[in-house]
Amino acid sequence: MAAHAAVPPPAPETGLLAEDRIAVATQWQLMWWRFRKHRLAAGGTIVLIAFYLLSLFADFFAYADPQESEAQRSLMAPQEIHWFDGGSFSPHVYALTGTRDPLTFKRVYVPDPAKKIPITFFGHGEPYELFGFIPCDRHLIGVSGAKAGESLFLLGTDMQGRDLWSRLMYATRTSMTIGLVSVALSLILGVVLGGISGYFGGWIDTVIQRIIEILRSIPTIPLWMGLAAALPPDWDVVKVYFAITIIISLIGWTELARVVRGRFISLKQEDFVMAAELLGCSKARIIFRHMVPSFISHIIAATTLAIPAIIISETSLSFLGLGLRPPAISWGVLLQDAQNIQALVISPWLLYPSVAVIVAVLAFNFMGDGIRDAADPYL
Amino acid sequence: MVAYVVRRLLLAVLTVWAISVLSFMIIHLPPGDYVTSYIASMSASGSAVSEGEANALREQLGLDKPITVQYAKWMGLMLQGNFGMAMEWGRPVSDVIGDRLTLTMVISVAAIIFTWALALPIGIYSAVYPYSFADYVFTFVGFIGLAIPGFLLALVVMYVGFAYFGANVGGLFSPDFAEAPWSLAKIWDLTKHLPIPAVVLGVSGTAQLIRIMRSNLLDELRKPYVMTARARGLSEYRVIMRYPVRVALNPFVSTIGYLLPYVVSGSIIVSLVLSLPTVGPLLLKALIAQDMFLAGTIVLLLGVMTVIGTFISDLLLMWVDPRIRLGRQ
Amino acid sequence: MRNDTRPLLSVRNLRTSFFQDEGTTKAVDGASFDVFPGKTLGIVGESGCGKSVTAQSILRIVDRPGRIVDGEIVLTRADGSEIDLVKLKANSREIRSVRGGDIGLIFQEPMTSFSPVHTVGEQIIEAVLLHSEVGKKEARLRGIEALRSVGIPKPERRIDEYSFELSGGLRQRAMIAVALSCNPRLLIADEPTTALDVTTQAQILDLLRKIQQERGMAIMLITHNLGVVAEMADDVVVMYLGKVVEQGKVDDIFHDPKHPYTKALLQSIPSIDSTPRLKLPTISGSIPHPFNRPKGCPFHPRCVSAIAGRCDVEEPPLQAVGEGRKASCFLYP
Repeated sequence: MAAHAAVPPPAPETGLLAEDRIAVATQWQLMWWRFRKHRLAAGGTIVLIAFYLLSLFADFFAYADPQESEAQRSLMAPQEIHWFDGGSFSPHVYALTGTRDPLTFKRVYVPDPAKKIPITFFGHGEPYELFGFIPCDRHLIGVSGAKAGESLFLLGTDMQGRDLWSRLMYATRTSMTIGLVSVALSLILGVVLGGISGYFGGWIDTVIQRIIEILRSIPTIPLWMGLAAALPPDWDVVKVYFAITIIISLIGWTELARVVRGRFISLKQEDFVMAAELLGCSKARIIFRHMVPSFISHIIAATTLAIPAIIISETSLSFLGLGLRPPAISWGVLLQDAQNIQALVISPWLLYPSVAVIVAVLAFNFMGDGIRDAADPYL
Repeated sequence: MVAYVVRRLLLAVLTVWAISVLSFMIIHLPPGDYVTSYIASMSASGSAVSEGEANALREQLGLDKPITVQYAKWMGLMLQGNFGMAMEWGRPVSDVIGDRLTLTMVISVAAIIFTWALALPIGIYSAVYPYSFADYVFTFVGFIGLAIPGFLLALVVMYVGFAYFGANVGGLFSPDFAEAPWSLAKIWDLTKHLPIPAVVLGVSGTAQLIRIMRSNLLDELRKPYVMTARARGLSEYRVIMRYPVRVALNPFVSTIGYLLPYVVSGSIIVSLVLSLPTVGPLLLKALIAQDMFLAGTIVLLLGVMTVIGTFISDLLLMWVDPRIRLGRQ
Repeated sequence: MRNDTRPLLSVRNLRTSFFQDEGTTKAVDGASFDVFPGKTLGIVGESGCGKSVTAQSILRIVDRPGRIVDGEIVLTRADGSEIDLVKLKANSREIRSVRGGDIGLIFQEPMTSFSPVHTVGEQIIEAVLLHSEVGKKEARLRGIEALRSVGIPKPERRIDEYSFELSGGLRQRAMIAVALSCNPRLLIADEPTTALDVTTQAQILDLLRKIQQERGMAIMLITHNLGVVAEMADDVVVMYLGKVVEQGKVDDIFHDPKHPYTKALLQSIPSIDSTPRLKLPTISGSIPHPFNRPKGCPFHPRCVSAIAGRCDVEEPPLQAVGEGRKASCFLYP
């Protein structure tokens, strides 16, 4: 904006250079510069990159089999890591022995300072297949001289004695990807229907708008619950995963459609679209060559802002036991264990996965806000 | 004005119809039908149902007819207020749902009142003093409020109640009143229990409304009529409260339209954690027991209540906004 | 003659700036002028020259992040006492009794100058109740009277209508009625006719003149339209980039402009004597960006008679260039 607002008097060298740089910058460069200035958005983006790296290399960050249950290790508290041993750096944990309290029948775990288990980094551990086909057995954290799954409990264990840290890594993978897949489906529905609605207008616009209004006035959770409960109980994890994704996106597309339609309507009145029409461009060319590039940034922003809602939906459904079902692991599935308040009071670490949910949702909101502001500072 | 009411009414009817189709789908999607699940539940409780009995039941319920006929029949029953039997309870659905549906609405409305009471002053403050320290604090807290799913907040509230106060903060009634018939004392007991669920339910909506109110009011504050009001010699407080706030209130009123479905939706899951006697726990139980008839009815009734609420808010909007009342937009 | 009349409003060295992250904009930069009772002062200039901010400064309703930095605005009240409006607090009781009471304001945008959810009457009655000790009934009657006095037909019905139910011309009349409802002694009209079509413009100007004659009220008319100034004003102030570059009686300014900017402005309006089919002269260049104010005389980059080494270094002071007129230009020592 500032670049062509004035005929400035000779400015200092650097000022001129800066203005030249703005004058020749592409739309994406301008957006990137504005986005960088948005501290929270930049922070959110870094957090999200970390989360997706965690999802991609979940097997590397986990150190135990997330499904291996052992009643002897049920509900262990997060372990304390001792970083120094006699003044020198050598991280280790104490071995734990579990006994049953004769009065309350609760299992209590007592650390044994005599038995130190050294912690290793990038060491060998459980074998796994990276990306599903590269055999590997390196883990970020491990122990030497014992099995990691039996002696290391960074975030404690759940009721069945499964290691919460390792389960959280795999849950992150599920929950973060379900957001992406579901938003992709919503995006397709939203762009197509919103685009048709905005570009053609008339009765078809009215129909689509009414459908959106109707969908938005229905309480979603009961509907989702009903649809999710209707899934056959004998479906496997993958099928349920995709069915839940579809159910969530069936209702999530309305907001995206609204944004796309709004953009189409305001762009239709722009002179450059009229010019393209007068030049005899085909409809497809006008839409994809002229209109879409000028609002794609808004779509990206709206998409980013749609993901957190989807993550919360999945978490809520799974928390109720109607979404993903064990043996699938997602944040919601993990939090199901926290449903029992008595159990929660005794073992508050069962609530730790909620930190991941909140941080991820916050990060998406910050990033989405940043993109929106960068795309259109005057919106 | 008439055109506006008619259009809203038509939309409401259409929405109810759409909800009824979806509810019917929920009833019919799972493999098997009412009778198979009835047989399953009967055999689970030890009594067998013969093939002949099953067929008779199917015929009686019209389950042998085409799906459209079944839908019409079901709708007919619904319209007469005959919601059928709840299998697990062995009582008519209307009996089982009655109070619970009312309480769902009571909680939802309480949550909306809480949302408004908090979002309105904070939104006004943030718009009148934008980029002030308090504005940043509200924005940040609002973001966090948006990021915490309702059930998590409920869990935390329950946890804090148990761990630090040793009290169960859930429920809507004291034990003495839970089964008692309605009385003034019971209503008073309910009022005392309402704040916690209302706050838990209202938090994320509040965060959204603050942002809506803030940006609406920021737009309005820039308009010339604010300056002319100031130029008439009104005090700053009166200028802001009487003009831009009043104008920004209109879109705010219309937010009920989407706040209500959102809150009702949230109440289902929050009720489970806080063990509130709403339709939430009932719906979950019905779904897990595959009592789709009860579940479908609950989804339908929740939807209808929401539509009625939204319609009322549309009328309210017409009442506060002369532009709609006089047919200009 | 003028020397024995005290000015109703005397603005001295007014400076109003907007403080933003990107920099400070000096919207009004040392403006001085007087408004005399019963006379019309025209303030002319291109958009962005600080005319409207001057009006807002007088009423102390400059929006944040704007602030009056310096200067004084002395108003002579009905009882003969003088107050400096700059010294009052922006939300104090005194300044509020001046707004709407001593000074009325009408705006360019009749559409958005009324609240869309209040009737015209509510907004007039409010002002009447605020500035005079009358009951609601009496206030309503006065409101109707005010509407009638600006030529609105059926005022007893119009008073209960919303502004969006009125036509553009009626709306501007209603706006004037609100401003006049408490008999101000000064009416500030900020581009009162810009948003109206030509016929309505003429009617509104006639109305303003008629009211002025009836009530002996002073008018401060802010406009970019030189025709309107020629028709309405007694005195003229020409502003450029927040500064007064020339001021004097309307005839002097129009017939013998001194400042090169005023000359250029006058040349850019078509006249009946100008050669047909000839392109009208325009002022070269455009208004500098407020953050890039030129050094020296603000007009020198666009001035045809700029003196190199002087105009771009020093700022010319506003000084007398003849009987009752002033200009800020080095061409007139």
